[in-house]
Amino acid sequence: MSQVSTSPSMAAVGASAKPERRDIGLRGRYAAERRFRFYGMAAIAFGLLFLFLLLFSVVSKGYTAFQQTMITIPVEFSQQIIDKNNERATNPQKLVTANYPVVARNALAKVLGVSEDDRAGLKAVNGMISDSVRVQLRNLVTADPSIIGTTQKVTFLAHGDLDSAFKGQIDLSVPETNRKVSDKQVGWMNQLAESGALSKHFNTGLFTNGASSRPEAAGVGVALIGSLYMMLIVLVLSLPIGVAASIYLEEFAPKNRFTDLIEVNINNLAAVPSIVYGLLGLAVFINFAGFPRSAALVGGLVLTLMTLPTIIIATRAALKAVPPSIRAAALGLGASKMQTVFHHVLPLAMPGILTGTIIGLAHALGETAPLLLIGMVAFVADVPATPMDPATALPVQIYMWANEAERAFVERTSGAIIVLLIFLILMNVGAILLRRRFERRW
Amino acid sequence: MSISFLLLIIAVIGVAGYLFGSWRANALAGGKLSSLHSRPGYYGSFVAIWSILPALVVILVWIIASPIYISSTVRGGFPEEVKATSQAEQNLAYNMIGAISRGLNTLSAQEREAMFQDSATARTVLAAKGVPLAADPAPYMLTSADDLNRMTQASSTFLSILVIIAALAGAFLSYRAIAPKFRARNRVEGVMLVSLIAASSIAILTTVGIVASMATEAIHFFNMVPAWEFFFGTTWDPRFAAAGATASAGQFGLIPLLAGTLYIGFVAMLVAVPVGLFAAIYMSEYASRTVRSIAKPLLEVLAGIPTIVYGFFALITVGPFLRDISAQLNGLVTGNYASFIQAQSVLTAGIVMGIMLIPYVSSLSDDIITAVPRALRDGSLGLGATRSETIKRVIMPAALPGVVGALLMTASRAIGETMIVVLAAGVAARMQLNPFEPMTTVTVKIVNQLTGDLEFTSPQTLVAFALGITLFAITLCLNIYALYIVRKYREQYE
Repeated sequence: MSQVSTSPSMAAVGASAKPERRDIGLRGRYAAERRFRFYGMAAIAFGLLFLFLLLFSVVSKGYTAFQQTMITIPVEFSQQIIDKNNERATNPQKLVTANYPVVARNALAKVLGVSEDDRAGLKAVNGMISDSVRVQLRNLVTADPSIIGTTQKVTFLAHGDLDSAFKGQIDLSVPETNRKVSDKQVGWMNQLAESGALSKHFNTGLFTNGASSRPEAAGVGVALIGSLYMMLIVLVLSLPIGVAASIYLEEFAPKNRFTDLIEVNINNLAAVPSIVYGLLGLAVFINFAGFPRSAALVGGLVLTLMTLPTIIIATRAALKAVPPSIRAAALGLGASKMQTVFHHVLPLAMPGILTGTIIGLAHALGETAPLLLIGMVAFVADVPATPMDPATALPVQIYMWANEAERAFVERTSGAIIVLLIFLILMNVGAILLRRRFERRW
Repeated sequence: MSISFLLLIIAVIGVAGYLFGSWRANALAGGKLSSLHSRPGYYGSFVAIWSILPALVVILVWIIASPIYISSTVRGGFPEEVKATSQAEQNLAYNMIGAISRGLNTLSAQEREAMFQDSATARTVLAAKGVPLAADPAPYMLTSADDLNRMTQASSTFLSILVIIAALAGAFLSYRAIAPKFRARNRVEGVMLVSLIAASSIAILTTVGIVASMATEAIHFFNMVPAWEFFFGTTWDPRFAAAGATASAGQFGLIPLLAGTLYIGFVAMLVAVPVGLFAAIYMSEYASRTVRSIAKPLLEVLAGIPTIVYGFFALITVGPFLRDISAQLNGLVTGNYASFIQAQSVLTAGIVMGIMLIPYVSSLSDDIITAVPRALRDGSLGLGATRSETIKRVIMPAALPGVVGALLMTASRAIGETMIVVLAAGVAARMQLNPFEPMTTVTVKIVNQLTGDLEFTSPQTLVAFALGITLFAITLCLNIYALYIVRKYREQYE
């Protein structure tokens, strides 16, 4: 650096003292050098800037998804509305079909002092409550019918639009007709917030609920279970198969046409677009073998095939890194070839293999395209009990929410991405720690 | 007995075989282990392998053969007038029998009796049990379903007996074979070697599976739509035919999709190549150790972010940003604040995809640049060239083949990338040159054609496989060529 900065002045001094010195264009060459260096720094800065922008955009849009606006008010489980003619003893269906949203609406209207005859007012009150209140109150009543006729304090979800408004995501300066919450509703919202009936809670529903068309009730719980099933299947299948394949190729395979073919194949499979694996899964596992569509089992198998090349390549590198002296020593002490590999080489290569496996799994966890083709883009609201049941996966859930038009879903999508990224970061940090802790330099 | 329970029994027999085998080997050695050919564990493993493997083979064969046998027997029992109908109708009848047989298992004895008395009630009775039927079943179907149930039952019992016999016989025979001179280790290692070979041939099987499955479906497609119309057609308009209509209404021209794919890939490379290359050069030639140890992993984080996240970033942030900024620019120049860049466009998808590709370009080229021998660098610097001149005139020419290989691999990734383009490129298959307009790609159309209800007989579904095999062929060629270049280049310095 010092050379670069002093040289122009030196050239200037030289030029004045010895006018006959030839101009060999040093100034230009050094300028070119600086420019070149600057391009390099700019390129790295550009990459890092976008990394930062991407993370910032996701986190700034998504951190609010971890909170949810809830309304806590005394609700009167009116006999009049739920079971007018007192027929629940003979007709249990009555309690299932009762009009629970009206129960919640009346309760809220009472708190806000809206008259029961003010139809427009009641409608606006109704717009503040999530539709999921129907299921919530129904579960309360069917679990314990004796609460009918009593008044209970109930906490339920606010409507998605009110949630957005309460988090300040709706621009209130826009004319009232152009936004989803009216001035009246905003006034009530502030009134409720002051009295403490309306407040933000940690959003546990995001981690436990399944798909829902109502943003406030939608969660990634079911998708997480689906992803978990698939990761287990990928781990159980791809680790043993991948390790076995690499051991054969690295330690036993003779150099011939067949093993050459396998080698080229594995390198190519690592570069095949992931969507092609989806087509393979659709044609072979679903159309030919007759597995159910949307099942986590099929997803797991497809991701296994996709992850195998990554694991094989990492395992072979780890096996290669074990010095030949270990093998020679074991063989010299009378171990068979198989014993040498399984008792000595493999344990030494294990940290490298596990690191590669974790990275492969992280890759599989974020993969979306092949899962779309095998029908995992389904509206799944129930937790899949077995890997054969319809399931969805975390990245697919993100894809489906990204296609939703409602503003509140942007927040959910970003929240789900944050969850996904946290899992990926944990896995990668785990892999790095594993490598740091157990890596041996020979 | 269910298959999983059978597997459990086999596993128990296997573990028992292992324990008995090692115990017997120990007993034979009589405290003097050196009199055995192998360590006792190998005798145990030998017994375990012979109890488990044959039983597993029996299960596998049975799972494949038994449904075929049962189906052909049931179909053989169809009345003559049903046999005379088309294959598709027979399949329909068979599926219905399958549904009825599942429903029969849920009925009590009286309900069964009543249903067999009057087959017309079958549909309502079964629907009440949660088994919906498409139509009222014919009387023969009920008896067929009953037969089906009985045969499945018998098959399952027979399988259980057979598997347990196989496992026990294998265990017994191998247990008998144990003797001090018996070469148990070699036998066990033989089996291990075979399983290692089997595991590594899965790679081949996957490739064969990809090619075979896509080729068969693609051939079905080309039977309905001529190949030249697909490969050289310039219109993509696969109208979904109404149910029942067999005509392959719609045009399946690959060219607009391919054009979109290549255009978006080109824009992406335009972003990724300069940035990635300069980053790699700076990192390998200029950066200090600390800068390198921080910047390199950070850049590689870009490669670890799932593509769906990039897609969302493009859809929510980059697309609207480009749209708004183009509106501002337009307003400043002409006074008309209309955006000329659409939110979903070639540019949006290309830029975001380019960012995703930066780490691929940079880490691949970094490896290649670092592999250029020290002596070339030192020679050039010693002759008075500046660093940048050394890089431009000596290192890059030496590394060029490898870098080209790396760029080809990156290009194949750009072509096969799906989620970014699905969310950011649009779905309109058009041929145009304006990067501010949406275009679509091969991968987007594969996803479009295969989400929703599938019918493996309509060209609208099958075209996805033709697109897939085209994509596979393009990326395969790119990769093989790239690998070839990289390998050839490596040999120069080794």
